Amino acid sequence: MNLKLKIWRQKDATDTGKIVDYNISDVSSDMSFLEMLDVLNTQLIEKGDDPVSFDHDCREGICGSCSLQINGQPHGPDGGTTTCQLHMRKFKDQQTIVIEPFRAKAFPIIKDLIIDRSAFDRIQQAGGYVSVNTSGNTQDANTTPINKVDADHAFDAAACIGCAACVAACKNSSAMLFVSAKVSQYALLPQGQIERQQRVQDMVAQMDEEGFGACTNTGACEAECPKGISLTNIARMNREYIGANLKS
Amino acid sequence: MKIGANFPAATPEGPLEKKWTSYKDKIDLVNPANKRLLDIIVVGTGLAGGSAAATLSELGYNVKAFCFQDSPRRAHSIAAQGGINASKNYMGDGDSNYRLFYDTVKGGDYRAREENVYRLAEVSGNIIDQCVAQGVPFARDYGGLLDNRSFGGVLVSRTFYAKGQTGQQLLLGAYSAMNRQIARGKIKMYNRHEMMDLVIVDGKARGIIAKNLITGELERHSAHAVVIASGGYGNVFYLSTNAMGSNVSAAWKIHKKGAWFANPCFTQIHPTCIPVSGDHQSKLTLMSESLRNDGRIWVPAKEADAKAIREGKLKPTAIIEQDRDYFLERRYPAFGNLVPRDVASRAAKERCDAGFGVNATGEAVYLDFASAIERYGREKALITHHDPNDRELILKLGREVIANKYGNLFQMYEKIVDQNPYETPMMIYPAVHYTMGGVWVDYDLMTTVPGCYAIGEANFSEHGANRLGASALMQGLADGYFVLPYTIGNYLANDIRTGPISTETPEFEQAEKEVKEQLERFINNKGSKSVDYFHKRLGKVMWNNVGMSRNAAGLKEAIKEIQTIREEFYKDVKVPGDVVGFNEELAKAGRVADFLELGELFAKDALEREESCGGHFREEHQTPEGEAKRNKEFQYVAAWEYKGTPSEANLHKEMLAYKYIEVKERSYK
Ligand SMILES: Cc1cc2nc3c(=O)[nH]c(=O)nc-3n(C[C@H](O)[C@H](O)[C@H](O)COP(=O)(O)OP(=O)(O)OC[C@H]3O[C@@H](n4cnc5c(N)ncnc54)[C@H](O)[C@@H]3O)c2cc1C
Ligand code: SF4
Ligand code: FES
Repeated sequence: MNLKLKIWRQKDATDTGKIVDYNISDVSSDMSFLEMLDVLNTQLIEKGDDPVSFDHDCREGICGSCSLQINGQPHGPDGGTTTCQLHMRKFKDQQTIVIEPFRAKAFPIIKDLIIDRSAFDRIQQAGGYVSVNTSGNTQDANTTPINKVDADHAFDAAACIGCAACVAACKNSSAMLFVSAKVSQYALLPQGQIERQQRVQDMVAQMDEEGFGACTNTGACEAECPKGISLTNIARMNREYIGANLKS
Repeated sequence: MKIGANFPAATPEGPLEKKWTSYKDKIDLVNPANKRLLDIIVVGTGLAGGSAAATLSELGYNVKAFCFQDSPRRAHSIAAQGGINASKNYMGDGDSNYRLFYDTVKGGDYRAREENVYRLAEVSGNIIDQCVAQGVPFARDYGGLLDNRSFGGVLVSRTFYAKGQTGQQLLLGAYSAMNRQIARGKIKMYNRHEMMDLVIVDGKARGIIAKNLITGELERHSAHAVVIASGGYGNVFYLSTNAMGSNVSAAWKIHKKGAWFANPCFTQIHPTCIPVSGDHQSKLTLMSESLRNDGRIWVPAKEADAKAIREGKLKPTAIIEQDRDYFLERRYPAFGNLVPRDVASRAAKERCDAGFGVNATGEAVYLDFASAIERYGREKALITHHDPNDRELILKLGREVIANKYGNLFQMYEKIVDQNPYETPMMIYPAVHYTMGGVWVDYDLMTTVPGCYAIGEANFSEHGANRLGASALMQGLADGYFVLPYTIGNYLANDIRTGPISTETPEFEQAEKEVKEQLERFINNKGSKSVDYFHKRLGKVMWNNVGMSRNAAGLKEAIKEIQTIREEFYKDVKVPGDVVGFNEELAKAGRVADFLELGELFAKDALEREESCGGHFREEHQTPEGEAKRNKEFQYVAAWEYKGTPSEANLHKEMLAYKYIEVKERSYK
């Protein structure tokens, strides 16, 4: 198929940036979206133009590197999918595709479609861990049985890949889904109990400091999350946060 | 106190089970106040590097960690699916440290160092304790205890897992331990930084030259020791299950500075990957080995049926039981579908080469879940008091069980292939997956460059000529959490009076200058072809001549072809943009330049090794049934010393003595 691409090009953080049009032909429906961009880039390179920069690594939907706002949707039209797992069979011949970076105040653009998501790392550094030394001098792993339902829910929350689609989907650029996923994982497990209150307070404080917006319960984040992270995590985090503030 | 590495590796005295303990009792220690005066560079933040950085900083050392992704959480370890081994014997099925040790040495076709492998087995149980304490959500049974599954090449269930995302959960655990230390200022994290070269001062590793991938600036970083945890080099084949950025460069750069490179030709071709679909393909996707717990591998027994399938005239579900050839069950009744990876891959290739392949290209076999769905469905129907003869219901219940176990893998398959694997068998074919070879290290995990260590997939490791499933994660975490933190202290105890290492020295200057010249050379080259063009060509040669089966003529031809591609690369590669600023093509050019050198050494190593063992299959050396035939003369680790070009590399042999395991014919029949 033949496609018309409208891609955000921006030289570096200081550049204002603009949409540039490209035509691409002979796209196979078996290609992934990123492979389609590879083909475009090879053409640009061989013509002596600057290829389009985008983040990617695993190309299996697990590392969270890839992003892209595709026709206004984070990770494009297919549900429960990262951009690297999106295939061209989801598009039609002659379609126009607008490709932009994930946009949020907390994520400055580095180049073209690449953004700086280090705010996410800093939120995790504020409390996204259990304070246990890695000396190996811990108790036997089966000493504390964990109810399977809680363990499974903790896993579901821990499946977040840190891609930031939730922030890109939210009209307020809120990071609540991402932060609540980590808070929930630990709140559901016995290992997370000791630092439970401090953790939620510290992570929320860092989230606010990074300039993410407030949550108004629209649910756009859950709808666009490629890993099905549930809104119930946000509700849980709100309870954790209120509980922690009452106690402190 | 030890200053340099031992070659061949010296290992501690005493009985096998006491060696590691007695080593730990005897080594030199660094007192906590002195650890604050010592800096360590860790290149890589996967399971190996991440766990090492966290532990070393916790002990008190100042750690600088580097990764080329935008966050340590995105290292390629994140993609590991199936699980991690540990000899906990929670299942009570007869597991023990010795058995894990035995399985690993046998699985590796007797080409690994016994003492290292035993230590790995010994610390494996502790990994699970540690990860659970960090809040890693492993799968559990209804009693709340940890669940296990089976992987290939063993007769016990010792694999711990978190659905099909075990690597993700373990890496996020290591990342959380790193975050705790980053917040305290004990780890300084350099994201989007690439190590460009190693700096050696007075014969010791004292730092690196790194490139800030956002600004393009070169930076000098000094330390008292340098740890390389940069992962494997499977991408030398262009198409592999590795992440796009996985590369050999950090390991290759230290090789060129004096670290010997061991067994480069030992590569794992994984049997269950999604087949290649076309020329546009950028990577291959693994379907976890755990699927072989429930999936049965087959091709049509009649060539005519295979042909009809390839032409789209016949559906696999229409082929009756008698007309199917479950070739692994047929050839290896004892292990069946759970034979080790090298054996399963070769068997699939054999059937496809004989004309029984089932996709358009003839390079695919089936992985079928129909009987598992039925078995589970019937079981579930009985438990829930439903009619066990209601077919519709059984299929529904059975599919639910399968979805629960492998849901994310089935979904991944469907997205890529556009077929529903609950209804029609998956198509799979072997693909490059893991590299057992790597930087040579001694018992301390030190390379032949004093003060330079290699851990995780980057070293030549404990897996011999073939790695068993779920053992890479185990090795990465063992190295980083529990082994290196001891062994590195033994070296650094000698450095407590050294003081900070200056970067304003001729050695740093020279290293930086060389890196800069190479980058400028790429940018100023007036070529016409993209970096990928050369990478793909290299990959084709590697796959065709140095892949699943190799012979002397093909290997010689590969060496010549790789030399030609390398020459053309330097003449005709086109790298757009500038040295400054973000430039992915420039980063790729440097990585492919290194693959083009490694590829040649790889083929040379395969040519030199006149035997078949594990993943290395030389057509000249096989039994009448087509099984790998080892040669006692080659019971060694081939450690290559760099001498200016790959073709002049010098071979050093570390002979392997088996004192605790009897070397036997490796049979899974
Ligand atoms: C799809 C897939 C599934 C797998 N499943 C399993 C499984 O179920 N069980 C199992 O045991 N094993 C599995 N493996 C193997 C296992 O995942 C890897 O061997 C292991 O994770 C490697 O870990 P590592 O820490 O050595 O390296 P990696 O995780 O590859 O990390 C490498 C690190 O080095 C950094 N780096 C590399 N080069 C440079 C440079 N020049 N400068 C700076 N930084 C650099 C990267 O940024 C990264 O942080 C799987 C592998 C694949 C491909
Ligand atoms: S919550 Fe979902 S959308 Fe947000 S970062 Fe995690 S995986 Fe991505
Ligand atoms: S590239 Fe890793 S999730 Fe898309």
